[in-house]
Amino acid sequence: MSLSDKDKAAVRALWSTISKSSDAIGNDALSRMIVVYPQTKIYFSHWPEVIPGSIHIKEHGKKVMGGIELAVSKIDDLKTGLFELSEQHAFKLRVDPGNFKILNHCILVVIATMFPKEFTPEAHVSLDKFLSGVALALAERYR
Amino acid sequence: MPENSVSADLQTGSDKMVEWTDFERDTIKDIFSMIEYDVVGPAALTRCLVVYPWTQRYFGGFGNLYNAAAIKGNPMVSKHGTTIMHGLDRAVKNLDDIENTYTELSVLHSEKLHVDPDNFKLLADCLTIVVAAQLGKKFTGEVQAAFQKFLAVVVSSLGRQYH
Repeated sequence: MSLSDKDKAAVRALWSTISKSSDAIGNDALSRMIVVYPQTKIYFSHWPEVIPGSIHIKEHGKKVMGGIELAVSKIDDLKTGLFELSEQHAFKLRVDPGNFKILNHCILVVIATMFPKEFTPEAHVSLDKFLSGVALALAERYR
Repeated sequence: MPENSVSADLQTGSDKMVEWTDFERDTIKDIFSMIEYDVVGPAALTRCLVVYPWTQRYFGGFGNLYNAAAIKGNPMVSKHGTTIMHGLDRAVKNLDDIENTYTELSVLHSEKLHVDPDNFKLLADCLTIVVAAQLGKKFTGEVQAAFQKFLAVVVSSLGRQYH
């Protein structure tokens, strides 16, 4: 399910609309994730507390959205473009790759709440394909 | 777990009741009272057919599903989307016995419609996104958790009679 030119154009267009809100998106997506999928909190056990909207969540949200921004810029070759991030997730963070689609879903839900007009079914399918591609590229170095 | 969906897998045996908190009951009823079935249903089904185009396999008799615009404007898709919402309404009115409420529907989807039960989760995810778009800020993490738990019970019950 690789990205067509139409998909890439749709992702770039949507990103240009939503990127000014990327801090808010990252914060909401992660805050939502730990509430809807509480098992994901285990990855943050080194924080003093894992609660929605905390300073840790906000900072981490910025990091995650920075990664998405990088992925948009490397959309023509996600595997190469996200190589270092994949190594980090594989060897240092060791996040089970099943969780990538959980966070992706939360990102989609947040975008739907914040940009209902722009997040048409056509934009949705391209963004879903893109985020699935990001997840695949992040898992590349796992084994 | 199927590749695409993130709705939870439930293991509700027939002797195990799903327990709902007051917040969950109120939230689910509130959501369904706030949304228009003939808007949300068609939007969710349309989205599912566009985002997961292989689900079109079940709608061979629906005519033109050639592209997103055709799907959006297809009256049979609209009608079926509304039908789905009324089906969910039965679960909302029978939160403590969704499994039995859906016995016949489960048999129908298995034996007559031959729907892969993994596809129920894809529609559930699309419905979550459509409801999120409708409710905006009101669709908090806690509300999302309650709504997705409800859909997970629905999906599990619909898959129960497959053999």
